[in-house]
Amino acid sequence: MARHDITLTVNGKEQSLTVDSETLLVHALREELDYTGPKVGCQSTMCGACTVQLDGDPVKSCTLFAVQADGREVTTVEGLGDQDNLHPLQESFRAEHGLQCGYCTPGMLMTADGLLEENPDPDREEIREALEGNICRCTGYENIVNAVESAAAKGEGGSDD
Amino acid sequence: MTEFTEGESIGDAMERREDLELITGHGDYLDDLKRPGMLYASFVRSEYAHARIEDIDTEAAEAHEDVVAVFTHEDVEAAGVPGDIPQIYRVPNLTETEHLLFARERVRYQGKPVAVVVAEDRYTAHHAVDLVDVNYERLETVTDPVEAANEDAPTLHEERPDNVAFTWGTGDEEGVEEAFEAADRTFSFEYENQRIVPNALEPRGALAEYDPYDEQLTVHTPSQQPFLHKTMMADVLDHPERKIRVQAPNIGGGFGSKSMVYPDEVATAFCAMQLHQPVKWIETRGEAFQADEHGRGQYVEAEAAVDEDGQMTGLRVRSTADMGGELGSKGCLAPSTTFGLLLSGQYEIPAIRFDSTAVYTNRTPTGVYRGVGRAEAICTLERLVDHIARELDVDPAEYRRNHLVEPDQFPYETGLGSTYDSGDYEKALDKALDMADYEELRERQAELREEDRYLGIGISCFIESGGLAPSSLSEMFGMGLPDAAVKSSYWESSTIRVHGSGEVTAYVGTASPGTGVETTHSQIVADKLGIDVDDVSLYEGTDTDKVPDGTGSVGSRSAPVGGGAIKHSIDKVVQKATEIAAHHLEASPEDVEFEDGEFFVSGAPGRSMSLQAIATESQVATELPEDMEPGLEATSYYDPENFTWAFGTHVVVVEVDGETGEVDLVDYIGVDDCGVQINPQVVEGQIQGGIAQGIGQALFEGAVYDDNGNLLTGAFQDYTVPKTTLMPDLTLDSTETPSPHNPLGVKGVAESGTIGATPAVANAVVDALEPFGVENVEMPMTDKRVWHAIRDAEEGS
Ligand code: FES
Ligand code: FES
Repeated sequence: MARHDITLTVNGKEQSLTVDSETLLVHALREELDYTGPKVGCQSTMCGACTVQLDGDPVKSCTLFAVQADGREVTTVEGLGDQDNLHPLQESFRAEHGLQCGYCTPGMLMTADGLLEENPDPDREEIREALEGNICRCTGYENIVNAVESAAAKGEGGSDD
Repeated sequence: MTEFTEGESIGDAMERREDLELITGHGDYLDDLKRPGMLYASFVRSEYAHARIEDIDTEAAEAHEDVVAVFTHEDVEAAGVPGDIPQIYRVPNLTETEHLLFARERVRYQGKPVAVVVAEDRYTAHHAVDLVDVNYERLETVTDPVEAANEDAPTLHEERPDNVAFTWGTGDEEGVEEAFEAADRTFSFEYENQRIVPNALEPRGALAEYDPYDEQLTVHTPSQQPFLHKTMMADVLDHPERKIRVQAPNIGGGFGSKSMVYPDEVATAFCAMQLHQPVKWIETRGEAFQADEHGRGQYVEAEAAVDEDGQMTGLRVRSTADMGGELGSKGCLAPSTTFGLLLSGQYEIPAIRFDSTAVYTNRTPTGVYRGVGRAEAICTLERLVDHIARELDVDPAEYRRNHLVEPDQFPYETGLGSTYDSGDYEKALDKALDMADYEELRERQAELREEDRYLGIGISCFIESGGLAPSSLSEMFGMGLPDAAVKSSYWESSTIRVHGSGEVTAYVGTASPGTGVETTHSQIVADKLGIDVDDVSLYEGTDTDKVPDGTGSVGSRSAPVGGGAIKHSIDKVVQKATEIAAHHLEASPEDVEFEDGEFFVSGAPGRSMSLQAIATESQVATELPEDMEPGLEATSYYDPENFTWAFGTHVVVVEVDGETGEVDLVDYIGVDDCGVQINPQVVEGQIQGGIAQGIGQALFEGAVYDDNGNLLTGAFQDYTVPKTTLMPDLTLDSTETPSPHNPLGVKGVAESGTIGATPAVANAVVDALEPFGVENVEMPMTDKRVWHAIRDAEEGS
C-alpha cells in the first residue's frame, strides 16, 4: 500500500502526517492527530456524525481520503470553540437542550455553522433542509432546530474565521 | 400518601452538566479510547441466513503478516470456557437453545459471528476478514414466524423441532370466554408490529484488556447495564466475577439495544484473554443492522367483545413473536410480561387474555428496544379501539373517554397482574383535545373531504410501565429459578458521601446512555440536602469498580428507581446528621428539623447547625454522640413496590394525498404525565426523541428480508430513520400526577413518546383513508403502501 506524506491545517494548526492511500480523513483526524470530535456513525455519508469543514465547507470526512485533503484547511468541532470560549452555536445547543447522547452533535454543529455562514437568517424549513444529512436518534430534532434558530437570532451564527 | 415538597433543584430546567464536553468534542466514547499495544478485531459473519458450516479455512488470514490471530468456536472450546450466552429472563416452558460466541457447525441468521480476525490495525483486520474462507452448505430458510410454526417448516434448533421457543399467557381465559359468549358484537383487528432496527448513532463495540498476572479482565463497552455485563461475562468466559471490571464510557445512544449481552462483545474479551493484549472491536453500520438485536417483530391478532352500549367487555390478544435465529440474551421479555401487563391500557376492561407464541426464524434475534413490549401492547389496543369506534360510528375520543379508569379507582388492578399507581387520564385527554382544537379539526376534516382532501386525526391514550422494578418481578421473569444462569434483579443502589467540606459525592447504579441522568440525579441530591448543585459530584454505575453495585438504565428506570435509591441514602444521611446536630444543640433528635441545608431546633431557628458543620464534625469525630461511627455516608438498596405508571394522550393530524398516497404530518400534540418532573427540559427532550421513533415505526422504518433471509434494509441508504425534514414541529404539554409510592413522586418517562406516537400516527393515517373504506395499512405506512391501500379499496368496492 502506498504511503503519502501530507499536510493538513487543522483548526488553524499545520500538521504533517503519513497516511496510506486508503486512510479516510476521519481516521486520519481521529487516530493520527487525536481530534476525536468527529465521530463515525455509518462510514457511508449518510449520518453526518463525521462532518467537518474543509476549506470552510461542511463535508463528511468518512468518505474522503486523507490524501484528498492534502494542503487544505480542516475545521473540526474542537476548532469551533472550547469551554472557555464557546461558539454561539455550542451555547445554543446547550441552552436549548439540543443534544442527548451527543454523538451526532459535533456533526450537527459543523453543518449548522456552514449553514449560518451561507445564510445567517434561515427559517425553520431551511434549517431542517440543511441538517437533513445529519441523523440524530435521540432528540427528535425539535431542539436542534430551536438551537440553530436561536444562534441565528443572535446574529453571530457563522464562525468568523 | 407521601407529600412532595419541591426544593430549589427539582423542577428546575437547568442546563445539563454533561453537555460542555459533548459540544466541544471532548466526550470519550468507546472508539475514542486507545491503549498501548492495542490490537484490532473484526468479525467474519455468516453471509447466509441458514447453512451448515462445512469448513472454516483460516490459513490465509493467519499467514497475513499483520494478522495476530484468528479465533473460531473451536478455540473457545479448546479454551474450556462455555462461550454460550444464557437467557437473562427465563419463562417457565423455555428450552434453552445455544447462543454461542461463534457459530458451531451451523448458522441461523445472516450476521452471526463465525470467526474473528485480530490484527495490528483496523484496516488490516477488516481486509483480512475476506481471507477467511468459510464453506457453507445452504439449508432451507424460513423467515416468517407464522410459517416457521407450521409442521413442514425447516427446524432451526433440534431441541425444539416445532421452532417454538416458548409460549406465554396471562389473564382471565374464562372471563374472556364468557364476555365473548355474552357479547352483542365482536370486533377483530390483525396487523404486524414490524421489526425495527435500533440504530443508536454510536455503533456497539468493546475494548478489552487482560492482565494475566492478576487475572484482571477490564472491558470497556457502551453498556446500559455494566453490572449485568460483568455477571454474564463471568459466566460465559468462566472467569471470577470479582476479577472483571466493566466500564462504559460516554454512550452514544442505546434505547435498550445496548443492554443485551451480545456474542461479539464477549468474543472481544475472549480475544484479549487469549492474547494478553488489549483488543478493540468497533461495529460497522452494516454490522449494526445485522447484528444488533432488532425491536418488535410481532404478528398480532386482537379481538374485542362489546355489549349493546358499545362498551368493551372482553379483550383477547394473540401474538406470534419473531425471535430470529437464536434467542438473544433478553429474547424472552418482549413477547411475555412487557406486552401482557399493559393490555388494559387506560381502560377498564373487565376481562382480558393475552397469549403469545415465540417462534424461531432465520432472521436477526429480537431483543429489547425503546418501549419493548409496551409499545406493541399499546399500539394493538389503541388501533383496535379506533377500529371499534369506526365500526360503531362513535367519535374515537368519546369512545375512549367512556372506558377510562377514573381518578378515584387508583390503585387500579387490571386483572393482568399489574396495578396502576395513580392517574388522571381524562385530564390529559381533555388537555390534548383542547390543544388540538379537536372539535374544529373534525369540522375541518369534513369540509376538506368535500374538496377531495384527506385529513386524518389520530389519537392514542397510553400508559408506560416505567421504572423497571420491583425485585419480585424477577420471579415472574424467571431470574430466580434454580437453573437461572443470571442471578440479577431490579432494585437500585446508591451511596451518598458528604465530605468534611460539605460537598457531596453520590454514586448510583444506573448507567444512562446519554439521557442526562448525571444532571437529574445531581438535582435530586442538591434539592434534598439543600446544597448547591455545583457542590455535587455524581457517578453512575458505568464503572463497576467505582460504584459499589447497581442494575443499570433500562425500562425508564433511572429517575424513578435510581432517584429513589438516592433519596433513601439521603434520608439515612439526614438521620445521622440529625443525631449529630441534636448532640451539639443539646436537644433531642425528635426536636431537630432539617430544611435548606440547616438543622435547627423546632421553634428555635437560632439554635442551628449547617450540614457543612455537621459534615466537618463527622470527619473530625471528636465530639460525636457516644457509640457513633465517624463519617457521614450512607448506602441503600431501593426496591420499589411497583412500576410507576406514566401516561398521556397524543393527537396527530395528517393529510394524505389521495392521488399519490403521500402522508404529510400536519400537527403533533402531546400531553404527558410522568408525575413530578426533576428537570422538565430533560423530560421534554426524552418525549420528543421517543416521538421521532414512534413516527418512524408508523411511517418509515422496518427491517425487510427476502425469502432467503437476506436483510434487504441493511444500510441507511435503504432503511429510513426519521430525519429533520421528516419530522414535524411538536406541541407538547404535561399534567402532573405524582406516583404515590415513589419517594420523589416521579414516574419513568423515557419511552412514553415512542409508545404513544406509533398508534396515534397510524390511527391518523387510517382515519384519513376512511372515505376510501380502508381499514388498515400495514406499518410502516409508506406512501407506496398507502397508495396501494387506496387503490385496493377502490377496486374492491
Ligand atoms: S460517519 Fe460519515 S456520514 Fe456517517
Ligand atoms: S443526541 Fe444522540 S444521536 Fe443525537
